[in-house]
Amino acid sequence: MDVHEYQAKEILASHGVAVPPGTVAFSPDQAVYAATELGGSHWVVKAQIHAGARGKAGGVRLCRTYHEVQQAARDLLGKRLVTTQTGPEGKPVQRVYIELADPFDRELYLGFVLDRKLERVRVIASKHGGMDIEEIAKNTPDELLQVIVEPAVGLLPFQARELAFQLGLNIKQVSRAVQTIMGAYRAFRDNDATMLEINPLVITKDDKVLALDAKMSFDDNALFRRRNIVDMNDPSQSDPREAQAAEHSLNYIGLDGEIGCIVNGAGLAMATMDMIKHAGGNPANFLDVGGGASPDRVATAFRLVLSDRRVKVVLVNIFAGINRCDWVAQGVVDAVRAERIEDVPLVVRLAGTNVEAGRKIIQESGIAIITADTLADAANKAVAAFKSIK
Amino acid sequence: MSILIDEKTPILVQGITGDKGSFHAREMIDYGSNVVAGVTPGKGGHTHHGVPVFNTVKEAVKQTGAQASITFVAPAFCADAIMEAADAGIRLICSITDGIPAQDMMRVKRYFLRFPKDRRPMMVGPNCAGIISPSKAMLGIMPGHIYSKGPVGLISRSGTLGYEAASQLKELGLGISTSVGIGGDPINGSSFLDHLVLFDKDPETKAVLLIGEIGGPQEAEAAAWIKENFSKPVIGFVAGLTAPKGRRMGHAGAIISASGDSAAEKTEIMKSFGLTVAPSPAEFGSTVAKVLKGG
Repeated sequence: MDVHEYQAKEILASHGVAVPPGTVAFSPDQAVYAATELGGSHWVVKAQIHAGARGKAGGVRLCRTYHEVQQAARDLLGKRLVTTQTGPEGKPVQRVYIELADPFDRELYLGFVLDRKLERVRVIASKHGGMDIEEIAKNTPDELLQVIVEPAVGLLPFQARELAFQLGLNIKQVSRAVQTIMGAYRAFRDNDATMLEINPLVITKDDKVLALDAKMSFDDNALFRRRNIVDMNDPSQSDPREAQAAEHSLNYIGLDGEIGCIVNGAGLAMATMDMIKHAGGNPANFLDVGGGASPDRVATAFRLVLSDRRVKVVLVNIFAGINRCDWVAQGVVDAVRAERIEDVPLVVRLAGTNVEAGRKIIQESGIAIITADTLADAANKAVAAFKSIK
Repeated sequence: MSILIDEKTPILVQGITGDKGSFHAREMIDYGSNVVAGVTPGKGGHTHHGVPVFNTVKEAVKQTGAQASITFVAPAFCADAIMEAADAGIRLICSITDGIPAQDMMRVKRYFLRFPKDRRPMMVGPNCAGIISPSKAMLGIMPGHIYSKGPVGLISRSGTLGYEAASQLKELGLGISTSVGIGGDPINGSSFLDHLVLFDKDPETKAVLLIGEIGGPQEAEAAAWIKENFSKPVIGFVAGLTAPKGRRMGHAGAIISASGDSAAEKTEIMKSFGLTVAPSPAEFGSTVAKVLKGG
């Protein structure tokens, strides 16, 4: 799960990381009021979306007057911001963050990730902040500073100190940077984050160390014990179909093809998409109905897949282990009747537990379902059905 | 022979009295697995499916000599159950549970390091279908009837894609020595490599089918090791060619983030290290058959 910049900063601040003073606003008037509350003479108005590269896309505005703050908020709120990370459809801006703008001397980079190879948290820092970390890694790989956290003891102060000195900070800045690095690590660990990026981490003229931008992602598997993070969820930032799917604990990801897929198991779902492509078609979605594919879940899956208008054919591929083919078949038949989808060609492939009973239910339903015996057969028939419509 | 389990392996079921634990314990017993004990805290002294139930793993091991365990424990408590099994001396731990937090798994892996290498437990999963040595024993949740016994070692991250492969092999009259599901999570107990080492020493296994997914370094790591060390032919496949970048595809592990994580890149890496790559997921069986005939 992702959160907004201002929420990430709230979390960081509560763990002792210094951030510039700022307030979130939902309207231009609130934005102006926030600026007057913050005081000062320069403010940054930042669009809050779950994606980076906002600056280049015009989502971050430096303002010198209250009028400019109001204008910037008016420009951004209610629009969809398209950045290099959002995809062409962009993300809706419903909140802006008003932050006091202070001049700074240097821009650094500080990141924390879960390293899958080492199975440990990896801390990454660089003297060259303010740009894409992938750029930094490409252009100045030797200057990328890295520290691995030993899970039994956590990040140790000496490791933070080593990083701070390697970043070329003076002694006053070092002690503040250590506080920042240790605080950010605790924010990462204590909230089950999978990614935390402070870019840039700035050093001000008076030796302050401030998190100027922050991004955090959290482990979905750990949300059961992180109610504070769940409360920060902003459904407007996800695809509405994906949000709806999540409510039914289905795993759905929209793509842009025309063959809708309903499959059990993530691996088989990906393989089914690959097979459709191999057969000359394009998958419309990834959908894993999971282990307990009850008739009710199957019906929900159909509704989701068919809510995408591009879908012209539906392919159901179930290899039942925990599932039972007869349940799934009943779910398919019920869904076809309830959703009145007789006009959409439907290809069904069932295999595994209780497969004979499942096939019998489909045959006896009297519904025009195209049945398939193998994965290849199913993909070929789905693509053929689509081509015959055209 | 087979790897990891056979008909003699004494098995313990953690969470045997729960819905899923109970159902799959029954299935495993019916398949012929030597289930000797169950553990559910508070249910010690009862019997379930004719198997004695204990309060703690330590007690179960002491009374029954269980060597392998399978956990049907809710995600919030599963890491604890795994470490309890390790502490009690269980040498093979299979975790079916889907949804264990990554930091919990980090702790589990760190905990395993306290055991010297020759006594360190082997863990399979989490978020996997388990292990089956066809016609011998099943330590998992797979439909046993789709597997037949034979010369192919199978290692798959995905459960259902593993079923797909097993049924294609059976269709062609080919069977499996042992099938291992290593699971779809970002941090798992064991990798492709851990099981390749075992298959290398297993005389019954003549070839290995390795089915990966997008995300993570384990497929590339295994491919590099195979080129230098593995004596038998390996057929590979990586699911997710059509997966968009930066998206999580169901399995927490199946996310393309770093470079080298995509299916196309991993497929290329496999080819460059001399693996035969199945052209599509519908051709697992035929590709293995071709390789076995040629070799």
